[in-house]
Amino acid sequence: MAFLKFLYKPKNELESGGRAASPVQADANEPEKTCPNCHKAIPLSRIWANANTCSCGYHFRMSARQRLSFITDKGSFEEMFTDIVSSDPLEFEGYAEKLETVRAASNEVEAVICGTAKIGGNKCCLFIMEPNFMMGSMGSAVGERITSLFEYATEKRMPVVGYTVSGGARMQEGLVSLMQMAKTSGAVKRHSDAGLFYLTVLTDPTTGGVTASFAMEGDVILAEPGATVGFAGARVIEQTTRKTLPKGFQKAEFLLEHGFVDAISPRRYQKSLVSMLLKMHSGGDAR
Amino acid sequence: MNGETVEAYDIVRIARSSGRYTGIDFIKGIFNHFFELHGDRRFADDSAIIGGLAYLEEEPVTVIAIEKGHNARERMQRLFGAPNPEGYRKALRLMKQAEKFKRPVICFVDTSGAYCGIGAEERGQGLAIAENLCEMMTLNTPVISILIGEGGSGGALALSVADRVYMLENAVYSVISPEGCASILWKDSSKAADAAACLKLTAKDALSLGIIEEVISESNIDQPEFFAGVRDKLIAEIAALRKDPEMLEHRYQRFRRIGRTEQQK
Repeated sequence: MAFLKFLYKPKNELESGGRAASPVQADANEPEKTCPNCHKAIPLSRIWANANTCSCGYHFRMSARQRLSFITDKGSFEEMFTDIVSSDPLEFEGYAEKLETVRAASNEVEAVICGTAKIGGNKCCLFIMEPNFMMGSMGSAVGERITSLFEYATEKRMPVVGYTVSGGARMQEGLVSLMQMAKTSGAVKRHSDAGLFYLTVLTDPTTGGVTASFAMEGDVILAEPGATVGFAGARVIEQTTRKTLPKGFQKAEFLLEHGFVDAISPRRYQKSLVSMLLKMHSGGDAR
Repeated sequence: MNGETVEAYDIVRIARSSGRYTGIDFIKGIFNHFFELHGDRRFADDSAIIGGLAYLEEEPVTVIAIEKGHNARERMQRLFGAPNPEGYRKALRLMKQAEKFKRPVICFVDTSGAYCGIGAEERGQGLAIAENLCEMMTLNTPVISILIGEGGSGGALALSVADRVYMLENAVYSVISPEGCASILWKDSSKAADAAACLKLTAKDALSLGIIEEVISESNIDQPEFFAGVRDKLIAEIAALRKDPEMLEHRYQRFRRIGRTEQQK
């Protein structure tokens, strides 16, 4: 088609493909990802440029570091508790090796990153869970990091913003994982009783022990469009009850309808929404 | 399969057996004048959780128990001891009431897990459990939980954020059922016995992991002394907790210390 180009003169910028639309003229070799919603293949660079969303509105999963750069003010994040890592309290078969593989593959040492940051100029404590690390499962280190973050926030009188993504408690740490639900909840309660603000953003998927603890304990609970949020897994429910699940079961919109989240927050406007909510709660102590 | 593997899963089987004492048996055996209080005042009365008032010797207490039932009919009626959100909300209502009237709370836990169903999700199972965890941590009255059979994951923990947690010798406490664990890890639920050993879910394991205070021996379980022994223990521990001005701080620290990693010790 290149030879036709000289016959066709674009009348304006739009016809010529728009200004600086470099990602649109995709490199033929660039890897693509097919959107599960609209089934279009989209070049990765375009997905990344749009905070991991498709133009149809579908939200792809996002690694914790990617989310960090997208939600926080540039250079404001100071990571904390990096020395807290999972041990293998039960000496569970294959767990130590699994941790090693996952660490190498994900470039993270644990399934959550914590620290302080500024979001739209508002200082806050922040935790972001990592879907690429054993699906954000909560073991002792995740529980310890989040508990420590809430204790720090309570002491410094700071608000907490938390991004959840998790398959639940990490079964390889058995009861020690289970107890992290109580431990984190206790720390959230103290933070709350001190009159401080906690905002959670539920992202795909937030399930099991994390849903049944700190994910649902926020003063304000946001959810990303289409995120799966629930306690029991949908397949398990289907198998045990032998009933067809209703359409959109356990999706963010379903939770909104049933009154369990405050709002659905598309990524595009998320940073401004989060910073507005932080600002609205900065009147008293939570500065 | 080694000897240890068989043992852990054998205990799981014992913990699940229908011949074991259920919540109602413990209430009858330990307390006098039990009066059941129904309903969560929001949606319904959950049949898997029984709660009410009773006398522990001279002292009025609030008792909450997950009831599984003994036979097929009872088990159907009790939803196999799997509480819906309204069950946890009823429990929380009774605990708040206990706090108001300065009554101690005693929970008996026996569940394979919180009820897994469409309605349970629609009514916020996760939130119901989360709220119990938060509120129990700061409930200003002594709380004691006893795991009498199965302690299945979040559904059991939602009644076990207590000052003292005890387990019967043949009770189990686990983050996931051995069958569930085997099917996720090895795609084979028939390896449940191996999973049971890996999960360290017996009372002895829980004690050595520092999750519970004490294991209650079942050596005299079919004799009246058994319940008398539990009653005496409850009376003594409640008296001790009443004397502790730092009870809530100790309860917080009880859970706070679990899972501190090496670097933090």
